[in-house]
Amino acid sequence: MMTPLTSTKPASVWVTNAVFIGRGIRLSLRNVEALIMAIMLPVMLMLLFTYVFGGAIDPSGNYVNYVVPGIILLCAGFGSSSTAVVVAEDMTNGIIDRFRTMPIRCLSVVTGHVVASLARNLFATGVVIAVALLVGFRPSANLLAWLGALGIIVLFIFAFTWLFAAIGLVTGSPSSASGYGFILLFLPYLSSAFVPIETMPSWLRGVANNQPITPVIEAIRGLLNGTSTPTNVWLAIGWCLAILLASILWSVIAFRRKAGRR
Amino acid sequence: MGQYAIEVKGLRKKFGNQIVLNGIDLKVPQGTIYALLGPNGAGKTTLIHILSTLVAPDEGSVHVSGYDIRTEKNLVKHAISLTGQFAAVDEMLTGEENLRMICRLSGLTTAESRVRSSQLLHHFDLTASGRKRVKTYSGGMRRRLDLAISLVTSRSILFLDEPTTGLDTISRRALWDIILQLRNQGITIFLTTQYLEEADQLADTVAVITDGRVVATGTPEELKSRVGEEVIELRNLKDEVIRTIPTSGTVHDMGQTLHELSHTVPKDTRVSIRKPSMDDVFLALTTTTIKELEGISS
Ligand SMILES: Nc1ncnc2c1ncn2[C@@H]1O[C@H](COP(=O)(O)OP(=O)(O)O)[C@@H](O)[C@H]1O
Ligand SMILES: [Mg+2]
Repeated sequence: MMTPLTSTKPASVWVTNAVFIGRGIRLSLRNVEALIMAIMLPVMLMLLFTYVFGGAIDPSGNYVNYVVPGIILLCAGFGSSSTAVVVAEDMTNGIIDRFRTMPIRCLSVVTGHVVASLARNLFATGVVIAVALLVGFRPSANLLAWLGALGIIVLFIFAFTWLFAAIGLVTGSPSSASGYGFILLFLPYLSSAFVPIETMPSWLRGVANNQPITPVIEAIRGLLNGTSTPTNVWLAIGWCLAILLASILWSVIAFRRKAGRR
Repeated sequence: MGQYAIEVKGLRKKFGNQIVLNGIDLKVPQGTIYALLGPNGAGKTTLIHILSTLVAPDEGSVHVSGYDIRTEKNLVKHAISLTGQFAAVDEMLTGEENLRMICRLSGLTTAESRVRSSQLLHHFDLTASGRKRVKTYSGGMRRRLDLAISLVTSRSILFLDEPTTGLDTISRRALWDIILQLRNQGITIFLTTQYLEEADQLADTVAVITDGRVVATGTPEELKSRVGEEVIELRNLKDEVIRTIPTSGTVHDMGQTLHELSHTVPKDTRVSIRKPSMDDVFLALTTTTIKELEGISS
């Protein structure tokens, strides 16, 4: 017979988080299709926008410098949307019941997926930048501006991943989670990500000017091309923080309410 | 409370307008196996979820290991372990990774987790597949892994929700052996099942639940004395069951029953003998008067 274990103290919050982050990353790495998509999508979008649309949008050939931030955000949005699906899967699978009957901080299950998403998306961002440099991207940013741009990208990924986590928590099933997530992925097209807002019809201009993607795009683009204004940067940070805090709050509430329901 | 591992009084639970648990009372002595026997939709899983702190009750008092499940949730969680109706394992991880993860979450160090995982894999006959992903496991292997995970740290009360549903006979018997061993170590086991035979084989006490009410409680022997040991089943030529008659299973009793029947049923009626099923239990219980039932369930 097995040696019975004397009851141990349950894991600390730190260990709990570390274990769930490890789990999230492991699950990400084993989801081979999603992983291939995370690499292929940035490469394909980069090539598509530079070589297919780029000539029509900006015949001077400078379009690559304009479009990089947009593609980074598009990929980050896509990459974080899968968080909705994995979170919804966890909540409908019996595994959440096991975690919830253990004396640990359960919301860490979600935190684990969020951190894994950050890692995935930073990797995709790296791919975008590498391909962009190959096809002629010439940023004029200094080290500080690079760090600033990277900081805003991290904040953006965090904010949208938590938003998708909340969506995964409130939707009943993985498939509806992915459906709702899809809507958000259209936001970048209605911003200054791919074409200047001035080229849009006036009613659309109102939408584009007042949605969060535009200031984030403008801030990143400004930092990379040396045209940033403090207003842009603060507006971007403000939007991201607001979305981040609201989404975390929403997730916490949804997680509690979900307690014991399928 | 004292000697009771689980004590439930007047428990009620609704989901929307649907009454799922309609006044449950039960007491589970420490170190025994308690089986909740009932058909699909009877409220078994809901009861287990309430006992294991996952769902809040609407009314009634519930104590697990002496602690109130409403106000002392965390203390309850230290005393229990749940193996749900659907295997709670990560399909994309290996059996060993699943175990180590729960070991770490239970407060074991990395080194302790490694030792404990391989001990459990060995004990549950999973060493050979420990490095394979769970999605390649058979139903029986999954169940064993699930149970192994529940035993990472010693808990005094184990909840098993339909532990053998969907398993073949060999896996079922293997699991029964494990459950009996655990009881012999002093663990209290609260399990649900749809099989009379399972309750009979394992339980010290059986409670029959249907539509959110416990309609009978007793030892398996007491239940069987009402349902009989062997059931005589009569079929017509179209192979439809026309009557079932519980008997004690003795030659004398069965002979006499058949003798009497031979005068009353059509000549071409066919007869077979089988073990009582849960349907027979309900038939036997619902034909008794309500008054009698209330006497038994309290
Ligand atoms: N979260 C829920 N919301 C609404 N109805 C539920 C919920 N959980 C269970 N039920 C209902 O409660 C009844 C009992 O379910 P359950 O406890 O799962 O029964 P059993 O485990 O005995 O099959 C069923 O009719 C089921 O549809
Ligand atoms: Mg059930």
